[in-house]
Amino acid sequence: MSDEMTLFPEEQTARSQSASRWLIVRGLMRDPVTFVAVTILALVLFSAIGAELIAPFDPLEQDLKLRNMPPMARALDENDSPVGFPFILGTDPLGRDILSRIIFGARVSLTVGLSSALVSGLIGTLLGIIAGYYRGAADDIIMRLVDIQMSIPVLLLALLVLFALGSGFLNLVVVLAIVRWMAYTRLARGQTLALRNSPFIDAAIAIGNTHTRILFRHIVPNVASPLIILGTLEVATLILSEAGLSFLGFGIQLPQSSWGLMIAGGRQYITSAWWIVAFPGLTIFLTTLSLNLLAATLRAISDPIQRERLLRKGPAPGNSSN
Amino acid sequence: MVGVEASEERVQQVRDQLGLNDPIPVQYARFAARAILLDFGDSFWQKTSSLSLVIDRLPATFRLAAAAFLLAAPIGILLGAAAALRPQTYLDRIINVLSLGGVSMVDFWMALMLIIVFAVQFGWFKTSGYGGFSYMALPTLTLCLSPLGRISQITRSAMLDEMNRPHITVARAKGLAEGRIVFVHALKNAAIPVVTISGDMLSSMLNGAILVETVFAWPGIGYLTLQALQRRDLPLVEATVFVVACMVIVVNLLVDLSYVYLNPRIRFQ
Repeated sequence: MSDEMTLFPEEQTARSQSASRWLIVRGLMRDPVTFVAVTILALVLFSAIGAELIAPFDPLEQDLKLRNMPPMARALDENDSPVGFPFILGTDPLGRDILSRIIFGARVSLTVGLSSALVSGLIGTLLGIIAGYYRGAADDIIMRLVDIQMSIPVLLLALLVLFALGSGFLNLVVVLAIVRWMAYTRLARGQTLALRNSPFIDAAIAIGNTHTRILFRHIVPNVASPLIILGTLEVATLILSEAGLSFLGFGIQLPQSSWGLMIAGGRQYITSAWWIVAFPGLTIFLTTLSLNLLAATLRAISDPIQRERLLRKGPAPGNSSN
Repeated sequence: MVGVEASEERVQQVRDQLGLNDPIPVQYARFAARAILLDFGDSFWQKTSSLSLVIDRLPATFRLAAAAFLLAAPIGILLGAAAALRPQTYLDRIINVLSLGGVSMVDFWMALMLIIVFAVQFGWFKTSGYGGFSYMALPTLTLCLSPLGRISQITRSAMLDEMNRPHITVARAKGLAEGRIVFVHALKNAAIPVVTISGDMLSSMLNGAILVETVFAWPGIGYLTLQALQRRDLPLVEATVFVVACMVIVVNLLVDLSYVYLNPRIRFQ
């Protein structure tokens, strides 16, 4: 049935379209790598939303008697027998539960990653479609700005702006949005340029649409899907940047916590308590890896030929020497 | 600079001396006038010419970037080409997950984990500092992971496109050896995106290695940048940004020039 649908896409009704979308989702979840990636992202998202519900301990509660406890250790009562729920990932130098801090840290890291991706995506896309649609002077100015910004390394620029503005949550989001907009601009411009000369845009102009209407009704929906994939990749990059900036002391500030800051806090204990550094970093790595894998899958299903291959069970036999 | 207990008078005196009390446009004009002559002023921190401080750190950064790049580029290209030659096989998928792992790598965390395992537990390498192989191994390994992943991803997609083009079919039809087809006919044509991304990666290693250099206390430009920022040493920050921007421009120029060699059609445009 799915073969028929892809053979005659123009005959799809709204209902069969949503059915085929469902088939695609089901087919993808059969792919173990995608399944694991989506599960990890769902866990991170759930931690960020429901941190209070699932965190076993208060992430801020300090107890110096419980400092630097190894993973799976439990608190001791008067008779030195273990009581209470174990500290699954150990405790930090102030006796706080690392798992709970990671769960609450998901909130900060995800909020920074998603909101700065959204802001930079909106700015970058708007500039990109303006450059690609109007060409001329607007195009020249915007693309020269992109070139200038491309020549300054992201981390360095972010550090400089935070140095001037001061650090903190809001400044961090602003800075990350500023340093990453040009990725969207380049992509949106290229996509718009390709669309600009297609007959349906000419037709839209001919029947008297305003440029604004054409931009938002005809261009934006057609350039959206590659930009959404780029956005997924960007969230990963931004989470990494946030972690790096916080690690250097220019990002999230105490008493707020984020994964990057947790690594910075454990740095002086690496010889005695490896878990303080290991688990927050592993969380960042798994989150960004899952986002990258998800983006790769999204890119594959947006290409009809690759989608067919993916929906078949498992990888196809090699065609190395054909 | 004057210490925490300095009197307000003393603070203002020093700020006047350094010109930090002047309006921003005046400060900027003074900076621009000097910068044209490559004079960024003396570092507040080290009290010597900030440009020469930056240039002193160049060799360390070059060494690290060159080592990491020489590790990342060949391995990345080979992995990407191997994946592209056997698309949709388990080999391809394993390489894909590994290279995405490199792209997603939290480099400062990886640096600390490598220190824990190889420097603290096994004692094979030095935890930090500047010197020969035992100092360089861990920073090089950390720094090469992300470029390796990116180069391999780009090589795979460029090679996949290339292997499906008619001239490859022709090359096969006339009976060329597979190795010659892959390395001469496909790889050279697929080289432009690969060289572009490699250039980006090289310039990011030359100047964006702030995190890795900091963790390993590697006395390069990245570490210097962080020290300058932490000490609010404006002339030194300005000099580092200037040198970094110059290096990016040089790398970009080399990449553009390589296009002419890789694709002769560009020469005639």
